[in-house]
Amino acid sequence: MTRNLICGTLLSSLFILMALTSFMWTPYDHTTLSIPEKMQPPNFKYWLGTDHFGRDILSMIMVGARTSIAVAIIAVGIGMILGVPLGLAAAAQIGSWLDELIMRGNDLVFAFPSLVIAILITAIFGPSATNAIIAIGIFNIPVFARITRGAALSIWKLDFILAAQVAGKSTFRISYEHIFPNVSNLLIVQGTIQFSLGILAESGLSYVGLGAQPPVPSWGRMLSDAQTMVSIAPHLALVPGITIILTVLGLNLMGDGLRDFLDPRLRIQRS
Amino acid sequence: MNILEIENLCLSIHQTSILDNISLSLEVGNIHAITGESGAGKSMVACSIMQLFPNGTHVSGQIKFNGENLLMQTERQMCAIRGNKIGMVFQEPMTALNPVKTIGAQVAETIRIHKAISREAANTSALNLLARVGLPQNRFPISLYPHQLSGGQRQRVVIAIAIALRPKLLIADEPTTALDVTTQAKILNLLKDLVTENQMAMLMISHDLTVVANLANHITVMKSGKIVESAKTHHLLSHMGHNYTKKLFFASRHIVQLPKYTSSDTLLRVQNVSKDYQLPRTRLFKAGTKFRALNDISFQLHKGERLGLVGESGCGKSTLVRAILGLNPVDNGNILLEDEPVFRANRPNFSIRHKMQVVFQDPFSSFNPRHRIDRLISEPFHLLPKSLSDRKRHDILSTALTAVGLRPEDAQKYIHEFSGGQRQRIAIARAIVMQPELILFDEAVSALDVSVKATILDLLADLCHQYNLTYLFISHDLSVVRSVTDRVLVMKDGKIVERGQTDRVLSKPTHPYTKELISAAPQLPNFDKF
Amino acid sequence: MVNLSQMLLYSLKRFISLAISLIIASVIIFTVIEIAPGDPAQFMLGINAQPDTVAALQEELGLNVPKHIRYFNWISGMIVGDFGTSYTYRTPVAEMIVDRLWISLPLALYALTISTFVAFLVGIYAAARRGKLTDTAVMAATQLGVAIPNFWFAMMLVLVFAINFQIFSAGGFNGWNNGIGFGLQSLTLPAIALALPQAAILARVMRSSLIDILGEDYIRTARAKGLSKHQALWRHGVRNALIPVLTIIGLQFAFLIAGAIIIEQVFYLPGLGRLIFQSISSRDLIVVESIIMLLVFIVIIVNFLVDIAYAIVDPRLRLTS
Repeated sequence: MTRNLICGTLLSSLFILMALTSFMWTPYDHTTLSIPEKMQPPNFKYWLGTDHFGRDILSMIMVGARTSIAVAIIAVGIGMILGVPLGLAAAAQIGSWLDELIMRGNDLVFAFPSLVIAILITAIFGPSATNAIIAIGIFNIPVFARITRGAALSIWKLDFILAAQVAGKSTFRISYEHIFPNVSNLLIVQGTIQFSLGILAESGLSYVGLGAQPPVPSWGRMLSDAQTMVSIAPHLALVPGITIILTVLGLNLMGDGLRDFLDPRLRIQRS
Repeated sequence: MNILEIENLCLSIHQTSILDNISLSLEVGNIHAITGESGAGKSMVACSIMQLFPNGTHVSGQIKFNGENLLMQTERQMCAIRGNKIGMVFQEPMTALNPVKTIGAQVAETIRIHKAISREAANTSALNLLARVGLPQNRFPISLYPHQLSGGQRQRVVIAIAIALRPKLLIADEPTTALDVTTQAKILNLLKDLVTENQMAMLMISHDLTVVANLANHITVMKSGKIVESAKTHHLLSHMGHNYTKKLFFASRHIVQLPKYTSSDTLLRVQNVSKDYQLPRTRLFKAGTKFRALNDISFQLHKGERLGLVGESGCGKSTLVRAILGLNPVDNGNILLEDEPVFRANRPNFSIRHKMQVVFQDPFSSFNPRHRIDRLISEPFHLLPKSLSDRKRHDILSTALTAVGLRPEDAQKYIHEFSGGQRQRIAIARAIVMQPELILFDEAVSALDVSVKATILDLLADLCHQYNLTYLFISHDLSVVRSVTDRVLVMKDGKIVERGQTDRVLSKPTHPYTKELISAAPQLPNFDKF
Repeated sequence: MVNLSQMLLYSLKRFISLAISLIIASVIIFTVIEIAPGDPAQFMLGINAQPDTVAALQEELGLNVPKHIRYFNWISGMIVGDFGTSYTYRTPVAEMIVDRLWISLPLALYALTISTFVAFLVGIYAAARRGKLTDTAVMAATQLGVAIPNFWFAMMLVLVFAINFQIFSAGGFNGWNNGIGFGLQSLTLPAIALALPQAAILARVMRSSLIDILGEDYIRTARAKGLSKHQALWRHGVRNALIPVLTIIGLQFAFLIAGAIIIEQVFYLPGLGRLIFQSISSRDLIVVESIIMLLVFIVIIVNFLVDIAYAIVDPRLRLTS
């Protein structure tokens, strides 16, 4: 359905645009405190209201989008850059010690949820946004390695690979000339899904204080700040929460739409 | 009395017409065959009788079974008829059974759906049924899972399911297409016996004329959703009322004109080649066994000769192809192309690889869907020590495409724009661009419709005239081997059991296995006799 | 009809790979904690402590032996249930963990049960009604469910059910001593918050897996036997569809354990999550190290169980893998 693709792309680009706009313009400075105007519900002056220090929530959301998107994109990048070659290598040498090593390594990383990795890193270096990037990125590596390997394996079985071998092409060359182009659609789709999962994970890490640190605004920390005040000022929790939901929803719809658009036969693993 | 009468059946899926005004009838105890090439709509006739349609199907007309119009039955009534009054056997035995249930449970299920009997009684019936279709308890306990059986054995289970309640009508949709020829003969005999034994009527669907000609009382020929001709078998075969029927029958016994070869130079020399595969361990304290895929294979191939290699699945044909191409090493023996080993010092010998090329069976998986034709067929140029000039490359590609009956402009297209037969032509173009000495055809025409197959065989003969080519033609299909080879090797369980001139081997076989193969291969009855 | 010998061989192979994973995981965790800056003894005694007092404490904590010996002491201690002594509280880590584990583990399992149950119902229902309006509506709801952060969902549940309607308590834990029902009650909202987003994912997998299976040849065979659409789905579809679903359940358990740690923060539950964040801020690294090892251990064990479940569901695995 292209409806998914259109809605998803519109929603996602709205948030990306918001993040980009925040570099040049926000309604207010997101760090300016204005105690007299604290905890105002949405109104004409402050479209999305103010927080417990009287800061403009819309401005914080806009700048927070930068953090979320940057963390998620870099984490997906790490996962792809390391995971895809590992998956291609494992598929090319199926059954060999290399394949075994990569796959067992993958299983091992799957046993460390990104939160656990973030805790370990925080234990050494203290909390920061970099933690979140590394933690989510490490967890993305096996996701991409596994999906690449699975898709590559089914292509290695096809006759045109045999034809390339007969033409004397090396395993490496076949991997990038024949295998990679035929799995790239799948990777684009999975990348979109991981991007949305990255945004969710980043908000979770920031919520428990393992992500971006003040004064860098982030959606997750806005929620943790809101927690004690949720009964008096529900908009403090509703606004960042709905923002996260819409962003993730948009990316997921875009992923589903892309899958149907690029190749209806693609299989997607959600993990 | 007619058990089945189809009148003016029309069927469309999402407004695309699939069946157009089909009428046919089937008498009790008779076998009626529907034949035709792919896309004729044969299988949809079967689906219509069973009322198992894809989404978006619209049907009109009448299907009278035992006097009742099946198209007017409710879904609940149809459930009571399916499996009970009408049984069905499908084409693909490898996927037709549920992998996580035992064969006994799957047979017993049919009985328990329609009859109120105890689990034990159903199991006993299942056991007897499996024995009847050739899977006796002592060797095939009902606790086996489908993956523990071969294709032919699985098809026997599917047949047991279909005949469990002695239905009045049995529908067999390409029941032997996926099977080896000797297995095919056994399954066809089984079906024939069951029809007589149980007083059933059978509607048989097959693309293979030779199969139906020997089995059916009545044949209906279909093309693009329409009935072309329908008559009693002997009448149809002796009169051939319609051109399309004629075309089909002649195509299936097509013989091509091959140039004589005179050279006595040896091109390929296979000497005492053996190869083992390690089988996975199946028990905790037992070392895995070895499987001998190739067992002391020796043969020579002369320049300009066309050599056939015949054998059923699992006989080691594919392993031999890979070994000859130098893709995999062998455990013992040598493979020499013009006295150079194809594999040496742990790596393929690329210096002679350009002298051979290969054409594969499946026209749909033989090409990278993301590359254009010119890139696809110029892939073997990778073997050249230095790259060709654009002009030279373009000339070679144009010549090759023209030689296989395509146009030079086709070089800019993608593979999905071509039909199966055209793709096989492109595969041949890819094989000849390097002007190789030897081309291996690995079941290269097996996936094609009979009329397309005939044109490809003609093309192969043409190429023999034009270029000085040597063929190694691997096939399970004796009629194909008969038409394009000079000499033939018969392979079984990794060994060559018989060899000789094609005519001699096929007419006066000496080895029991060759005899079995030849007698199992269905042949068109000689219609002068009718 | 399970062939015991094959099943045993399969289990043994999986078990060996489990043991190797555990060993590597423990080495990684130990090494990472080792390179963490700061000496625990120094940290506990403050900057002004005398060197000999620090040395004495190091000896008491077993920090003055070579690293590889410390690693083996740590591992062999854990095997017999001795996780060492907390640097800050000076109590055995094992005791602290066991108390907290009795909240976090039931919470994760409770959530897993809810998530699996809901996902199966929704997934099978949607697959059976594929293409109909209800299917579309249910799938839209799961699409939304996938996008909801569980801790935010938890906050909303507190707002609605604890603050507005006052059906559940907003936080804290009643303890198991007053009866299981009492304990479960305080875990219900957290478990729901944890489970529903995961259920949405699982339901989608279940649905698409079932729809794939419904296109298989053996479903056609089952229909040709005279089974109705629904009978064919239940008798032949569901068990086959479980195979990919099991993978996701295994993966989700890691998320549920991690999610439990976050959700505990929302509900002020004194579980492992609270303990681990306290320990990080007080640099009580031995507690951090032990909890992480325990979490990883649980996840690896669960994945081992999933592997065994595969072989029970799919007879083909017992032979080939």
